[in-house]
Amino acid sequence: MLTTYLFILLATFAVASAVATILSRHAVTSALFLVLNMVSLAGVYLLLKAQYLAVIQILVYAGAIMVLFLFVIMLLNTDKEESVLKQISLKMVVSFLLGTAVLAQLLFAVAGWTDTLPMISAAMTEVGTVEAIGDQLFTRYVLPFELTGILLTAAVIGALLIAQHHNKKGTS
Amino acid sequence: MGLLELLTPALLTSLAVIGGGAFFLLNSAALAVYAERRVAAFIQNRVGPNRVGPMGLLQPIADVLKLILKEDVVPAQGNKVVHAIAPMIPVITALMTVAVIPFGDGLVGANLNVGVLYLLAITSLGVYGVTLAGWASNSKYALLGGLRAAAQMLSYELPMGMAVASVVLLAGSLSVVEVVNAQRDLWFVFVNPIGFLIFFIAALAEANRTPFDLVEAEQELVGGYHTEYSSMKFGMFFLAEYMHVTIGSMLITTFFFGGYHLPFSSHWLPDIGNWKILLDITVFLGKTCFFAFSYIWIRWTIPRFKYDQLMRLGWSRLLPLSIVNFMVIAIVLWMMR
Amino acid sequence: MFELYFPIAVLAVVAVVLALVLMVLSGILGPKRPDKVKLMPYESGMDPYGQARDRYSVSFYLVAVEFIVFDLEVVFLYPWAVRFLDLDAGAFWAMMVFITVLLLGLVYTLKKGTLDWDSSTAAHNRA
Repeated sequence: MLTTYLFILLATFAVASAVATILSRHAVTSALFLVLNMVSLAGVYLLLKAQYLAVIQILVYAGAIMVLFLFVIMLLNTDKEESVLKQISLKMVVSFLLGTAVLAQLLFAVAGWTDTLPMISAAMTEVGTVEAIGDQLFTRYVLPFELTGILLTAAVIGALLIAQHHNKKGTS
Repeated sequence: MGLLELLTPALLTSLAVIGGGAFFLLNSAALAVYAERRVAAFIQNRVGPNRVGPMGLLQPIADVLKLILKEDVVPAQGNKVVHAIAPMIPVITALMTVAVIPFGDGLVGANLNVGVLYLLAITSLGVYGVTLAGWASNSKYALLGGLRAAAQMLSYELPMGMAVASVVLLAGSLSVVEVVNAQRDLWFVFVNPIGFLIFFIAALAEANRTPFDLVEAEQELVGGYHTEYSSMKFGMFFLAEYMHVTIGSMLITTFFFGGYHLPFSSHWLPDIGNWKILLDITVFLGKTCFFAFSYIWIRWTIPRFKYDQLMRLGWSRLLPLSIVNFMVIAIVLWMMR
Repeated sequence: MFELYFPIAVLAVVAVVLALVLMVLSGILGPKRPDKVKLMPYESGMDPYGQARDRYSVSFYLVAVEFIVFDLEVVFLYPWAVRFLDLDAGAFWAMMVFITVLLLGLVYTLKKGTLDWDSSTAAHNRA
């Protein structure tokens, strides 16, 4: 019962912050809502007993990829959007959080009333641990794993090429 | 199932441990501020704070009161909401780490299956505090300071992660409790000294401490990302810095110096029953204090790096070294299998 | 699961509340006497010139990209580090190849000097 409630709460937060990401007029606010979305998703993974995935979701998406997003947004000149930025107040942040929580509460009540609450299976307990993932990743999925390594190296070289192109046109 | 039925004794214990840990962390920040000023004074042959309370021990309380009673200046062109959220982030992430650190035998808030990764994940969120603080202030110095700090924290998170991975190799588990228990006989610092050095250096850089306190390079950046912060908002960055000193020391103790275990304790330590818990906590805190002291010691002894030196050290020395260290340990363990 | 993560959720709530209380406290107790000069960006006493959010070095962006790549590598290491002694030689060599490939990528990066902040040596390496 509690898990179901938490699931609906986190899912509502994930959807609401995703919508807010699209609707925000300023890029940095969008990025912050996307971080909230990632964290909510991590919570959903946790409820599905995928502990490793939940932590990785925060470590990689919230801790690394969103930082790059923020860097890129800050690299661009955002001077024109200053006026939009001023309209955001603390009240709006609080009302967004409270509103979403109330919406989740409503959804939970309606779903309970119409008997359509989602069921969370108990069979997944062992699948989400690091050990289980390690066993699968390095035996059955070893080829995709190696390909990931090559893909990552290609990403490094690609980033270098873009930066060097930039430098040639710029200073040197 | 109501909420009350869920409050089992085990859950209450872990809540109590977390509460105690968070309380200790907050107080240790105050103590670390005091210790920093006294040790700095000692090293520079001065007296240091000695007016408020006996030997100046109440100085941190006076500092906090002063900060709270100061005017909170928000730059006119800045983003007020982000400006307010930014200093909260490092305080929150610092407090969150305490949940998985074992203070003694069975004294752990949550023995997570992925505890080590949890620590890294929470630490990685600290980058937002500095980046957003720099951005929201609408000041050149603050923005550049924030970006520098963020790039520095990202760069040193990698060698730190690799050093922790080499610890995981030796422990064979991602649970922090398992990591500590694996060191009952032999502390990992004896097996993995390079990993310890890398972790220690990276921890200094993550906490933005000297010799890596580039963000506070007054000559070029005024106050770095907290140039435009005043009152308790600045106080929170300050608080977070000293909490990170304590956490860094706790992590070094946990990952490399056997946590609450005395050296080779399984060979000579007699069974002392319930007193063991007290001994555990004392040993853990003693080690933590030693490393916190060494943070301060280093700060007042070593000059600051230049930014290009900092990045070169991170990317072309520490990162390759930590990867090779990981591979060597893995190969040795594989051969000994 | 619940017993493990519930205390962490409680801690998260307490931490947020504590941070908010500290924030609000200084807002209530502190004086509020803003004036135009006080709210200006601080540039060591001189009037600020130009705009604050200027464009800056592409190197920051590169650091973030490289960080993501190597962070992913570290993430792959953990499940392997936990299990490799129980898996067969194939899994062992798979990881060794994986690390070597990424190490080559790192060496290439360093040779190109892209992460070199000192512009004189960076330009030298690039030429």
